[in-house]
Amino acid sequence: MRLRPVAGIILRQLYLFRSSPVRVLPTFAWVAIDIVIWGFLSRYLNGIANSHLNFVPNLLGVVLFWDFFTRIMQGVTTAFFEDVWSRNFLNLFATPLTIAEYVTGLVLTSVMTSLAGLLAMLVLATLVFGLSFVSMGLLLIPFVLVLFLFGIALGIAASAMVLRLGPASEWLVWPLPALISPFVGVYYPITTLPEWMQVIGHLFPPSYVFEGMRALINGEVFSVTTLLAGAALALAQLILAAYFFAGVFRYSVRTGLLARYSAESVG
Amino acid sequence: MPATLHRPPEPVTDPAQPDTVLGVTDLCKSYAHVTAVEHVAFNVKRNEIVGLLGPNGAGKTTTINMILGVLAPTRGTITIGGIDVAKHRSQALARTNFAAVYATLPGNLTVEQNLRFFGLIYGIANLRSRIETLLAQFDLLHLRHTRCGVLSSGEQTRVALAKALLNSPELLLLDEPTASLDPAAAQTVRKQIRELARQERCGILWTSHNMYEVEEVCDRVLFVSRGRILLEGDPRALPAAHGVHSLEELFIRLAREPLHATEERPR
Repeated sequence: MRLRPVAGIILRQLYLFRSSPVRVLPTFAWVAIDIVIWGFLSRYLNGIANSHLNFVPNLLGVVLFWDFFTRIMQGVTTAFFEDVWSRNFLNLFATPLTIAEYVTGLVLTSVMTSLAGLLAMLVLATLVFGLSFVSMGLLLIPFVLVLFLFGIALGIAASAMVLRLGPASEWLVWPLPALISPFVGVYYPITTLPEWMQVIGHLFPPSYVFEGMRALINGEVFSVTTLLAGAALALAQLILAAYFFAGVFRYSVRTGLLARYSAESVG
Repeated sequence: MPATLHRPPEPVTDPAQPDTVLGVTDLCKSYAHVTAVEHVAFNVKRNEIVGLLGPNGAGKTTTINMILGVLAPTRGTITIGGIDVAKHRSQALARTNFAAVYATLPGNLTVEQNLRFFGLIYGIANLRSRIETLLAQFDLLHLRHTRCGVLSSGEQTRVALAKALLNSPELLLLDEPTASLDPAAAQTVRKQIRELARQERCGILWTSHNMYEVEEVCDRVLFVSRGRILLEGDPRALPAAHGVHSLEELFIRLAREPLHATEERPR
């Protein structure tokens, strides 16, 4: 893999961020809004609930992590959409650029933007609402890593879907995190769900992260093996997503979809 | 060069010849119910400008897309500088570049940003100096910080040509490069392209509907109709050889009655 083309993909995104506040704003604005809403809700619940449960880490903490996952996924898809919106596929793929270089560029772009968002969220949640991840210690790293891997995998798979189905299918991508969230137990223990939803939930690595986080915060037994299973699942899904993207790209080259990719191409 | 009736699928020359930058052999592209390109075979040599002519829907752009690796042939081989595009896509495409009216550069990047972005994608060494040379060559220095989306179509064409020369390609594909230029600008571009073919030992495949331009620029032309090459020869000698007064007249005859036109060739 050559580094210059990867740097080119990243640089293009930086150019767009630098020249357009519209692109920068969502990186911080939506996460800030989420933190403020869930932060005050957590405080309110702490005040009225007759329980030893601390809602700040239980609600605000998981919201922060869920937002991080969403930003990671959307970081990949948004960087991909830049090429869809500017109808740049012909210019881009009639070059020596390989799929591995392109996808790596998208992923690294997403890492930069989502880490900036995560940092902003952490600062806001810690300073304003006193959120602390001390109880998690070093386990914070694997939690973040699993969410990161799954976010990347979902972003790559969603980009492949848009490449296959056409630009209009972009609208199927934005609600993906919301579609997944009921199954992975972001806001409640996964055991709250009916059996069939739990089965689906366990197919998504974030369910292992949020179960683990909740156990740690509440001083319950935490299974490292379960988290490792989540990590293995996320890694497997990342590899599958990469193969899926490469397969869709080959299909697009074979059928002519890539050459005539336009706003209305669905087929 | 004498006019010759093209007899597909035999290749015109051996692609392994060192002065051949593009070798196309028995190229076919079929979709479910349509054959877009059928047994096309030709080559382009260094310092040569070959015109690919034909009516709309003849298969010119399909052929170019296959050469650029964004469309897979159903059958046949394409070599660029002796490298098989199907087997070594990146290496082959590193030796080529293109400009087409339908593939505008991202409008949300400035001229300089676009050149830097694509320069990195092509892995150009000394990119800064190469960009300065091209900006000066195409009279774009004063537009370097202007977004491509707000440029006139003529200016966009010049930027596309600058991008097409970033990697000093051995093979340059130009799909109607002067279609949106005023006569003076078109003449300048033609002159620049001719000089490029002469000085940099670059082979050029050129499509145009402007027969005056084709006569002025091309060393050899290929007439394509319904996915097949019907005629090949010197654009200045072909009209007389086929009993017509001009290349435009020959084009019209071939477009309306492709079989009749080639059969009526005088002995």
